[in-house]
Amino acid sequence: MDINFSLIWDALPLLLAGAGITIEITALSVGFGLLIGMTVGIARLASIKPVRYFANCYVDFIRGTPLLVQIFLVYFALPGIIGHRVDPYFAAISACSINSGAYIAEIFRAGIQSIDKGQMEAGRSLGMSWAQTMRYVIMPQAFKRIIPPLGNEFIAMLKDSSLVSVIGFEELTRRGQLIIARTYASFEIWMAVAVIYLIMTFTVARLVGMLERRYDTK
Amino acid sequence: MNEAMIKITDLRKSYGNLDVLKGIDLTIAEREVVVIIGPSGSGKSTLLRCINYLEEPTGGSIVIDGIPLTGEANINEIRKEVGMVFQRFNLFPHMTVLENLVLAPMKVRGISRSEAEQTAQELLIKVGLDDKANAYPDQLSGGQQQRVAIARALAMKPKALLFDEPTSALDPEMINEVLDVMKSLAKEGMTMAVVTHEMGFAREVGDRVIFVDGGVIVEQGEPEEVFLHAKEERTRSFLSKIL
Repeated sequence: MDINFSLIWDALPLLLAGAGITIEITALSVGFGLLIGMTVGIARLASIKPVRYFANCYVDFIRGTPLLVQIFLVYFALPGIIGHRVDPYFAAISACSINSGAYIAEIFRAGIQSIDKGQMEAGRSLGMSWAQTMRYVIMPQAFKRIIPPLGNEFIAMLKDSSLVSVIGFEELTRRGQLIIARTYASFEIWMAVAVIYLIMTFTVARLVGMLERRYDTK
Repeated sequence: MNEAMIKITDLRKSYGNLDVLKGIDLTIAEREVVVIIGPSGSGKSTLLRCINYLEEPTGGSIVIDGIPLTGEANINEIRKEVGMVFQRFNLFPHMTVLENLVLAPMKVRGISRSEAEQTAQELLIKVGLDDKANAYPDQLSGGQQQRVAIARALAMKPKALLFDEPTSALDPEMINEVLDVMKSLAKEGMTMAVVTHEMGFAREVGDRVIFVDGGVIVEQGEPEEVFLHAKEERTRSFLSKIL
């Protein structure tokens, strides 16, 4: 078969703009996911039972259901409850943030639990409160260990964000679909889309690697 | 030695139906050095950890310098006054030695960084590590780490110090450098409760030796008296194995 490179060339500005949007929703979702994840991750270790219970329910529900269904829930089911339709941008970001938050919560929980118990005991025995010890002693140590899995989560979200194309949100994948609908150039465009995703994930992986090495030397 | 710094009455601790402490009565006077010995699993570490509420007692009462320990309500107040030195040092590995020493005084006592650093430097001189202020814990030997841990506990200016097998995780050649620091503290009049297997230390600096076995205090007295003329068979049998 012939590959029509000029088609790819023509589509590139649109695709790259879509890639920019993909990066935007990924960064926002993982950013909000970090806030949710830190809170829920700590809540999962809380000594107060109801707090722990709700945190567990959230994590179990999100990890036990597909992201696609979660996007549908926010975009199609939520309007039925709140009475007006939901903007695709809001739906995309909130579904991805809530999803990311659950995975990041697990990353935080594991990171905190990997810190030796003696660290909390040492902090507490010096008269520091639980929160102070968490903030000054446990979290800084846990954070170093959290960087690699957090990088993986970012890469996973970069790829999974393609699912929001189904609600018509115009990120990279949706842009590709729209161009193909016009040009019928499936092979060229999907290859171009795949390569752009690959460049993005590869770059993030390298950045995380650098960050890891920097933190490794204290 | 008159005022009671630590007064423990009928202290009990169980895990499920395993009774680790079965009613301990122990009063430690101000400036007194009490050495707690006993076989592993006898409850001696648990006793020490209860005093600092790292283990929650199942029953009994603990009064520190006249203030009853009532659990989470005032535990941070009590812990300010009672320092703890752990078997495995538990220094904060992401901080320099100096930062290890100034963190709690600044955050808990609210003193300024410059004041905290000055105190820290003085304490490092005292434990012979003033040249290591900017080192990280993993750059130090075990003995040096434990001396930093003692300095860190002292930085809070506690009224009493608890030592939980402070030399058990050390290579033999490093034990003495730590014991020497502890001896000098004892001479300065620090109130100390020490769980240890170092019988030489117990004889030299201990005002009193407590032998714990099966969750109760089996025997206590002056070191010479306990080591040479133990009244209880269980004490004699334990001592014969370790001396």
